[in-house]
Amino acid sequence: MTISEIQTLLNAEIICGEDKISQTVDRAFASDLMSDVLTLKSNQIMLITGLCNIQTIRTMEMADLNTVIFVRGKKVTEDMIDIARENDMIVLQTEYSMFRTAGVLWEAGIKPVF
Amino acid sequence: MMTFEYQVQPGDFTNAGFASSQVKKTLKQLNVDPAIIKRVVVALYEAEVNIVAHAHKGMIYVTVDNDKIAIKLEDEGPGIPDIDLAMTVGYSTASPHVREMGFGAGMGLPNIKNNVDYLNVKSEVGVGTTVELVVNF
Repeated sequence: MTISEIQTLLNAEIICGEDKISQTVDRAFASDLMSDVLTLKSNQIMLITGLCNIQTIRTMEMADLNTVIFVRGKKVTEDMIDIARENDMIVLQTEYSMFRTAGVLWEAGIKPVF
Repeated sequence: MMTFEYQVQPGDFTNAGFASSQVKKTLKQLNVDPAIIKRVVVALYEAEVNIVAHAHKGMIYVTVDNDKIAIKLEDEGPGIPDIDLAMTVGYSTASPHVREMGFGAGMGLPNIKNNVDYLNVKSEVGVGTTVELVVNF
């Protein structure tokens, strides 16, 4: 599924990575605990999280994740966007809850990591 | 052989991960296998966050060889009274602030161990902790 399709399904805003909306995502992982994200063995999965701070972006950088959707209307700060851009990340933001976001994506065919 | 040093600012979650980010850039430039880079920087980042979360002074010393990377993290801080207990998944002494940042679930040291080829943790209560880790290329 493309980032563009995900944006439509979740009524999301693209905070950065507008030039990458044709990239595709097959799998996702939802967590507010970065320690869990750091144990993932797979790369290139979309992170769904309500934890919106600079360490979310740092965790993605270390875990080789390049797409995140911040749920529950969490606002992304400029210093987060700077690091996200530096690492060619795609950052989306939706007002939907984590449960709803995961449910919509599941129904649309996005697979879990485990 | 290349060596690098980074100072860690305890309590400063804005800059936590800076050293890990620099090491990642260096290893990418050296064309190290991305899967190995991930293991190195995940372990280093966990250890860096530990210093930010617990210590009051910290340094990171990185040595990159042709066949491996060796990292030593030295901090001055409360130390770890029981290292075996600290290595147990789920055991944590992290503050509520650290938990708000998405850490403090008692997974750091076990995750470091899972990602490295060698790990040595030395600690003295009230003095500080030294973590040495090696990842072979």
